[in-house]
Amino acid sequence: MSLHKLTLIDLQRKFAAGEVTATEIMRAYSLRISQVEPRVKAFVTQTREVACEQAEALDRKLKEWRKTMPLTGMPLAVKDNICTDGVPTTCSSRMLQNFVPPYDATVISKLRAQDYMLLGKTNLDEFAMGSSTENSAFGPSRNPWNLQCVPGGSSGGSAAAVAAEECVAALGSDTGGSIRQPAAFCGVVGLKPTYGRVSRYGLVAFASSLDQIGPITKNVSDAAFLLGAIAGHDPLDSTSIDRPVPDYLKALQKRDLKRLRVGVPVEFFAEGLDPEVDRAVRSAIEELSHLGAEVKEIRLPRTDAAVAVYYVVATAEASSNLARFDGVKFGFRAKETKDLLDLYIKTRQEGFGPEVKRRIMLGTYVLSAGYYDAYYGKAQAVRTLVCQDFEAAFKQVDVIVTPTTPTPAFKLGEKSEDPLQMYLSDVFTISVNLAGLPAISLPCGFSRAGVPIGLQLIGRAFEEETVLQAAHAYEQSAQWHQKKPTIR
Amino acid sequence: MEITQQDVEKVAQLARLAVTSAEKDTFAKQLSQILTHVDKLNQCDTTGVEPTATVMGQVNVFREDVIRPSLPSGKALANAPECEAGGFVVPKILEER
Repeated sequence: MSLHKLTLIDLQRKFAAGEVTATEIMRAYSLRISQVEPRVKAFVTQTREVACEQAEALDRKLKEWRKTMPLTGMPLAVKDNICTDGVPTTCSSRMLQNFVPPYDATVISKLRAQDYMLLGKTNLDEFAMGSSTENSAFGPSRNPWNLQCVPGGSSGGSAAAVAAEECVAALGSDTGGSIRQPAAFCGVVGLKPTYGRVSRYGLVAFASSLDQIGPITKNVSDAAFLLGAIAGHDPLDSTSIDRPVPDYLKALQKRDLKRLRVGVPVEFFAEGLDPEVDRAVRSAIEELSHLGAEVKEIRLPRTDAAVAVYYVVATAEASSNLARFDGVKFGFRAKETKDLLDLYIKTRQEGFGPEVKRRIMLGTYVLSAGYYDAYYGKAQAVRTLVCQDFEAAFKQVDVIVTPTTPTPAFKLGEKSEDPLQMYLSDVFTISVNLAGLPAISLPCGFSRAGVPIGLQLIGRAFEEETVLQAAHAYEQSAQWHQKKPTIR
Repeated sequence: MEITQQDVEKVAQLARLAVTSAEKDTFAKQLSQILTHVDKLNQCDTTGVEPTATVMGQVNVFREDVIRPSLPSGKALANAPECEAGGFVVPKILEER
């Protein structure tokens, strides 16, 4: 079997047992990337040549003393908004096109300490703002299941790379669904951890009260495995929480779902839900019930308002976070400017793409004098109500199950001219970020056109284990994750 | 909420962005459309509801004020568009009288 077809855990076992070398792994992935990347376009920067050298050095080191850690020698891809020391981190923006971070994000330090292999940095919507990768300054990535379709976004490059088996697993970031939606579109597993579970130090900030880093993998076990490697408290991120990291893989040993109460929010099965998605998700819910879960209807009445809250809160925070891009200390600087103000304005005008400008303007507007209370203040109050809806629901159930997206992957160009339509496609993932909860997306079927459909499971804060366990039980029974795309 | 081209101009100036007249028109239309959707928030009664800024409820997280290694100045300046004598170069700010 070709090495690129193995899951993270299987590859890790083979490597730890000494059945394959890091060099062999790198050769296999290097070949795979050269075969499919010209069509998938998942990467902004490829680092496989450096990784091949590192692999050889690692093999020499291990020859003398064979001691491996869980991610030693594992070939991963990382979203290009996560800082990697010495490797460009562009956020798919002209603004950071030549930016080479002088330090590692904490998640990268953790992986590097285990001698992981970085295959490259993956494409995203500029500064993680978007749902299709079409907002990348370097062109969109493609959906491996249908190259005419978007891979989703903003972590579309990471999801496409995992689906096309160009890496064994990847990291993404999720502010309003940016891990789960592309995972759903590409037929892979994407986990957004609880806010505070994973350090955000070194993640280029978009909306600081919502952003979270998480794994994108081939199956649920791999997600549990990779989450364990990146989770934990970090003094460098004051929003990270000091709680022990459980053994997430151990949680998967329980295969039946007896005593698990699963909630189905009626608001998610309303008008606008694609009938094929509806059918696939309903049959997944039936499967959960066969596995022993008790399924009941619940209500999340502010689902609709959540999109409005999100596009006020996220853009307000973005307008503040992106004020740092002024052409002075790092990043792009416009040429031929007459004074400092002109330097700021021209740099930002030329450095940012249209969606980023739109969101900065929206955020600036809702924070501006005279509108602050009506928009930002109001949105923060409704955010409280969104959180309260979840609190009430989680008194009745342990896990909430929904479709990840209202439709399967759409065609390139289909929504790029209509920002509001693009925003509304995030309706099922957004409220989870507003409440800071953990949620996973995993495949639950395919449309007649042959593109994947995603199932979302949401848990209580810091109950990743419950979410992973339910997802794993479903995955093992349904086996959708075994299906792989033919890339053409 | 209707956003005029003048509003766009004002917001762009606050955000340190420049907008072409074509962009002014597009942004005015798109922002109006988005803010009209956002007006849905008014359907939610928030009387007496506390705002949520962050979900985990942390307030100031302090650390000991101890000296730690920091970036050497060469590394900190390596990404600067323009630097000189250990500092960032910007156009002059003070005007001659």
